[in-house]
Amino acid sequence: MADGVKPRVKVPKTASAGEKIVIKTLISHKMESGQRKDGDGNLIPRSIINRFTCDFNGENVVDVVLEPAISTNPYLEFEAVVPESGEFKFTWYDDDGSVYEETKEIAVE
Amino acid sequence: MQLTRRDAILMGVGATFMTALPLHVSAAGEDAIAAFTGGADVGQGDIKLTAPEIAENGNTVPIEVSSETATEIMVLALGNPTPAVATFKYGPLSASRTASTRIRLAGTQDVVAIAKLEDGSFVQATSTVKVTIGGCGG
Repeated sequence: MADGVKPRVKVPKTASAGEKIVIKTLISHKMESGQRKDGDGNLIPRSIINRFTCDFNGENVVDVVLEPAISTNPYLEFEAVVPESGEFKFTWYDDDGSVYEETKEIAVE
Repeated sequence: MQLTRRDAILMGVGATFMTALPLHVSAAGEDAIAAFTGGADVGQGDIKLTAPEIAENGNTVPIEVSSETATEIMVLALGNPTPAVATFKYGPLSASRTASTRIRLAGTQDVVAIAKLEDGSFVQATSTVKVTIGGCGG
């Protein structure tokens, strides 16, 4: 099911130390809720992203548990502090066991 | 065994409890709340839930939660087939206890955000969203 899954993340390229920055993430995923039926009346099995985490230099920023009630192409927006230059690591966990990762560098001026 | 009048009354009271109890607990939303709070009282206070009053399309309803001192925030849509929506846990590098996302709502219903605060207490905020087209594909 890993086809067409594409993470997109928006992080500023630079920040001042300790500054509050806004991070926006979106991953293209159909988030099949397990409630819908196909043309023959059979339930379409659930297939969603069930967890998302964001870490900065190994320290956690946010850890989100997602349920079927999250819309298609799950979008998340949150705020982080950057104490030093480093790398944000974003991880999405799929129901089918796939893990999608994305990293973004940020420089502290 | 002899059935006295007193026994009969006690049995009647017991039967009433037995039937009333499952009805009360069967609401999946309350189960989810109890699982999150561990049965603790949920008060009002430091939690804000921003949701539209009217959502034309229940498939994607933007919501935002914010709090000053929360360590975890759980969002529930009480009218959905599965009430849980998302749980946000904030780590040491989160700048604020806020998050926005987009959710599915099956119909007009209450959306609830419950926050676990730093002192271990729980607070909740509720917002009613009117949904024109449901988002669960029924």
